[in-house]
Amino acid sequence: MSLDHEINKNEVDIVIGALNADLTPFLDTWRPFFTGFHLIIVKDPELKEEELNIPQGFDVDVYSKTDMEKVVGSSDTTAMFSGYSCRYFGYLVSKKKYIVSIDDDCVPAKDPKGFLVDAVSQHVDNLERPATPLFFNTLYDPYREGADFVRGYPFSLRSGVPCAASCGLWLNLADLDAPTQALKTEQRNTSYVDAVMTVPLKAMLPISGINIAFNRELVGPALVPALRIAGEGRVRWETLEDVWCGMCLKHIVDHLGYGVKTGLPYVWRNERGDAVESLKKKWEGMKLMEKSVPFFESLKLPESAVTVEDCVVELAKAVREQLGSDDHAFTQAADAMVKWVQLWSSVNSSG
Amino acid sequence: MVDPANTVGIPVNPTPLLKDELDIVIPTIRNLDFLEMWRPFLQPYHLIIVQDGDPTKKIHVPEGYDYELYNRNDINRILGPKASCISFKDSACRCFGYMVSKKKYIFTIDDDCFVAKDPSGKAVNALEQHIKNLLCPSTPLFFNTLYDPYREGADFVRGYPFSLREGVTTAVSHGLWLNIPDYDAPTQLVKPKERNTRYVDAVMTIPKGTLFPMCGMNLAFDRDLIGPAMYFGLMGDGQPIGRYDDMWAGWCIKVICDHLGLGVKTGLPYIYHSKASNPFVNLKKEYKGIFWQEDIIPFFQNVKLSKEATTVQQCYIELSKMVKEKLSSLDPYFDKLADAMVTWIEAWDELNPPATA
Repeated sequence: MSLDHEINKNEVDIVIGALNADLTPFLDTWRPFFTGFHLIIVKDPELKEEELNIPQGFDVDVYSKTDMEKVVGSSDTTAMFSGYSCRYFGYLVSKKKYIVSIDDDCVPAKDPKGFLVDAVSQHVDNLERPATPLFFNTLYDPYREGADFVRGYPFSLRSGVPCAASCGLWLNLADLDAPTQALKTEQRNTSYVDAVMTVPLKAMLPISGINIAFNRELVGPALVPALRIAGEGRVRWETLEDVWCGMCLKHIVDHLGYGVKTGLPYVWRNERGDAVESLKKKWEGMKLMEKSVPFFESLKLPESAVTVEDCVVELAKAVREQLGSDDHAFTQAADAMVKWVQLWSSVNSSG
Repeated sequence: MVDPANTVGIPVNPTPLLKDELDIVIPTIRNLDFLEMWRPFLQPYHLIIVQDGDPTKKIHVPEGYDYELYNRNDINRILGPKASCISFKDSACRCFGYMVSKKKYIFTIDDDCFVAKDPSGKAVNALEQHIKNLLCPSTPLFFNTLYDPYREGADFVRGYPFSLREGVTTAVSHGLWLNIPDYDAPTQLVKPKERNTRYVDAVMTIPKGTLFPMCGMNLAFDRDLIGPAMYFGLMGDGQPIGRYDDMWAGWCIKVICDHLGLGVKTGLPYIYHSKASNPFVNLKKEYKGIFWQEDIIPFFQNVKLSKEATTVQQCYIELSKMVKEKLSSLDPYFDKLADAMVTWIEAWDELNPPATA
């Protein structure tokens, strides 16, 4: 797969949340695509093992519980950064323009021609090209080689808007919820859809944290580690933090006039966990999502919210006011969002 | 490069879905030779041919197809003075076919569209895919990142609200084109050699509140649900604009579908588009549209239909009033168009009276 232009590796941090201590198989398979990039590896503060196993040859900075405690204090460390949320610490301390973040149980996928997919380059390419949220292009990404805007696409909308986030997909174990995967135990995603597209303005979507990239300079603070469900576990079937983050992000992106893309690149997601086991836990996530939808649908951020930080704070306020009484998880999320913005300012102004 | 499928030897579909519930509407001014290659997939179905241009010309329909054919004289005879709403010398005349059909579903295809091949080389039965799209729900209220969740091998992703997983009824299925892409004249002039060779293996619902450019080359819809809104406007002879017929219909149907809680899908199936029209001719036709659409789009984006508009016809009449009120200042054409929209609904209701108990 070739892209139209060379990307500037100095503008990118690859952030990996380590939920497994041995990252050798993961990093070795990604080596062809991670070489030349700076890596930020963040160790899950609740990981039992002392040291992470990281092979030679990578330009990497590792952060662990002690680093987190220095920044946020010990009581907040677990609350904010345990499990999959550890990656947000990497987003916080990065100094780069773009972040690419991939779960540590994913390896490069193969495209239909049998070539390994360079997910990092595809993500950066998506972020560097404009998004088109104001009108749907039926040939998908109009800036892609061999494509364009179709007849009837308004000319005034053809320069697009900055792309804030690139949401990739997964072959093999798709990001399905526990009930769905438990019902269809054998189902694996074998469909490689060769498209990148912009998710239209106001359309809501579940943004998965498994394979995602974003423009940190543009929207960094909007990726909030906020919603924690009771009994959250270390398989994606037992979390919702990324979905909540994504709902907030999309709303803020829409408000500020940026775009979110979805589609390529694919990663190959390995088998891990047991959907049926996850199903046994009382799944709070479902209820919380149901309550969130009407909230986000009717939410209107004030015109005065012109920075990302303003938007997060206003959103938190609305969450507290409108959802707080429904479930304590929402109040906690709102508090976490406000804290996050403060943290982001303090870490990034001193850095 | 990409080639059309060779359908020689493919047997006619022995189990054609919705055989007696679907009409295929084809506008033509040239010939219908393309139907030869479509036999395996289209022969079991009834055709409505709308012959544009010179009514004295004899259009030959390939043997074996069951059809009714209407030329301009027929249109004038059937509609009388209301025939003024049906375009002449433009494929927009196809909507006459929608009006006279008595079936629940319509598939419309252009006479320069051949059978496409999927990446495995297999001939694509476009009609069958359209039918699957129409018979299966849409999901306009929340975007599924794995596209059509009802497709074999797919599903709703984690985080997709359970309360929205039943979806809504699908009203329109918008297909795509390999080879000659549906570009406007300026793009054609800049990229005359560009061909669409990318087969994107997905069907997806266009979210509520989002407009799109609907192309009439490869389109299917539920006539009962949305038919009256599929008016392709005043184009061609005597009109200041062309090549915006399907666009206009697309914007109208989308706001009405959004209002009525119906879904619009886009993506598969692909057909193979064989003929590139002359970009200079196209530019002359599209020229005004290119400017006007800058105002038309915000108009449609801001349309709010009333709660009382609960049928397609009511929605469409309301829309026509808004067109007259808000777009007439753009050009007197829109005043005429608004009137034609009303005429269309009157003609539709006359030809399709509600079934009496």
